[in-house]
Amino acid sequence: MSAPTLAQDPAAKDRRPRAGAVRHPDAGLAKAVRRNLTAHGFLIGAVLCFAFFSWYPIVREFLLAFQKTENGHVSWVGWDNFVTVWNDPAFGQAWRNTLWFTVLALVLGFAVPFLTALVINEFRHGQGYLRLLVYLPVMLPPTASVLLFKYLYDPGYGMFNEVLGVFGLPARQWLQDPDTAMLSVVVASTWMNMGGATLIYLAALQSVPGELYEAAELDGAGLVRKVWHVTIPQTRLVLLLMLLMQVIATMQVFIEPFLLTGGAGPEGSTTTVVYLIYQYAFNFNNYGAAAALGLLLLVLLAGFSAVYTRLSRAADE
Amino acid sequence: MVSSGLKTTQEAVQTPPTWVPGSVHPENYRRAWEVMDLARLLLNTLYYAFGALAFQLVLDVAAAYSLSKLRPVLGKAILGMMLVTLMIPATVLVVPQYLTVLDMPIIQRNLLNSPWVIWLPSVTNAFAIFLLKRFFDSIPRELLDAASMDGAGPLRVLWSVVLPISRPILGVVSIFAVVGVWKDFLWPMLVLPDPTGQTLAVGIYSLATSVPENVLIASLTIASLPTLLLFLLFQRNIMSGLTAGGLKG
Repeated sequence: MSAPTLAQDPAAKDRRPRAGAVRHPDAGLAKAVRRNLTAHGFLIGAVLCFAFFSWYPIVREFLLAFQKTENGHVSWVGWDNFVTVWNDPAFGQAWRNTLWFTVLALVLGFAVPFLTALVINEFRHGQGYLRLLVYLPVMLPPTASVLLFKYLYDPGYGMFNEVLGVFGLPARQWLQDPDTAMLSVVVASTWMNMGGATLIYLAALQSVPGELYEAAELDGAGLVRKVWHVTIPQTRLVLLLMLLMQVIATMQVFIEPFLLTGGAGPEGSTTTVVYLIYQYAFNFNNYGAAAALGLLLLVLLAGFSAVYTRLSRAADE
Repeated sequence: MVSSGLKTTQEAVQTPPTWVPGSVHPENYRRAWEVMDLARLLLNTLYYAFGALAFQLVLDVAAAYSLSKLRPVLGKAILGMMLVTLMIPATVLVVPQYLTVLDMPIIQRNLLNSPWVIWLPSVTNAFAIFLLKRFFDSIPRELLDAASMDGAGPLRVLWSVVLPISRPILGVVSIFAVVGVWKDFLWPMLVLPDPTGQTLAVGIYSLATSVPENVLIASLTIASLPTLLLFLLFQRNIMSGLTAGGLKG
């Protein structure tokens, strides 16, 4: 990150004070002050935006979690909000659902892009088009993708039941059945988001030196063994980073269940933690509870983020 | 999707569904355009997206340039504080951010329903600043010093030396800025409740249940087209931006 600059060059350092020292002793200082004012002038716009819309809200999140707002009157309530959240029957369910979503999304959202990347990597021609095709859904507005999936999932006129019918399988109430609601949400979510992961895996695969595969082939390894013994060890770090990134993203799932099943879903089967936060804040006007639950999620995910940062720094070396 | 947008309502909801429309009805697209007032939603979204792009380009580029080349006192600390925000889950911050824009501290304004509520928070894109700074770091110092020697001030150096070299990274940041606003849902839904000021993504959602399926699907197609076009036009920049994302293994 720190590129060598002339400022660290001793020759440059010498030149500056000497030029000023001839006339006033303070000229070096004045110049430094002016240089700093200019530099901060360039920074100030972004810093103000961060202060208002990022740093202040972060601090406020911590304060809100220990406050109660009633009729515009704010009072400190200690850990009460956390107790409220803990005792809410939806609390356990939301965490269980979120974890379940994360597990399913990882199994699908990890395996499918990796396998897709493996397949694309085997193609000699048209890789560019395939990459384009895989990444396309990522560019669509999520509202459009999710509402389209809602249409496809429809038990009456949806395309998915039609496909099941072709294989002689019974039609399902995808989003209305508590057993399949979350799975349906995950499938839609994977389709929408797998593009980025696939391209990153593909880049990782293409950085594996070809000689390793040739050596493996000479030893008589088939495709599966090549993947297991060459590809996976060689791309281990990228796989691990993507895994963490996906955990962080999927734990925050909101829009897919919100649009597909109205948020809670049948028997609350798609209530996620973020949806619960949304409900506390914008349906019940209980900002304290929303902040308390948010803080729990924040602490958990910040832990993952810290690991991610450490690993990606290791990957850079 | 395109196909269902061309069907009649009866055909769009019939069992079993058809893959190819029995009779083609392009007027669904016109109905979607009129009934859902897509023109206005589209204009709104463009207005928000390009405004956010302008703010990001001006303020984030200036900040990254300052942090990379002018190196003010406390610059490292400021950069660190910006990067830390990447660790905070965005969805958790929505609640305190919402409360903040309801009653802005110091200036005492309610920003709800004003375009500023989209534009200004979009500047807090630490990832864009990081990408820009990393690119600026790679520009050799000598190049800038030569320009300063000719009497160019920092602004002039930024404009005539740094920006022309930085076109690729500016392209990447711009595309992600526009697509980010285009795809965002929760934030615009909360802070732009007035139906006349909504974005495409939110507007379609709020009208989804009140129009027939074929018209809805037609409107989804229309909403997807601009980002698809953008993607096809700039796919090379986007792909390189993804790998520039630091995940190079």
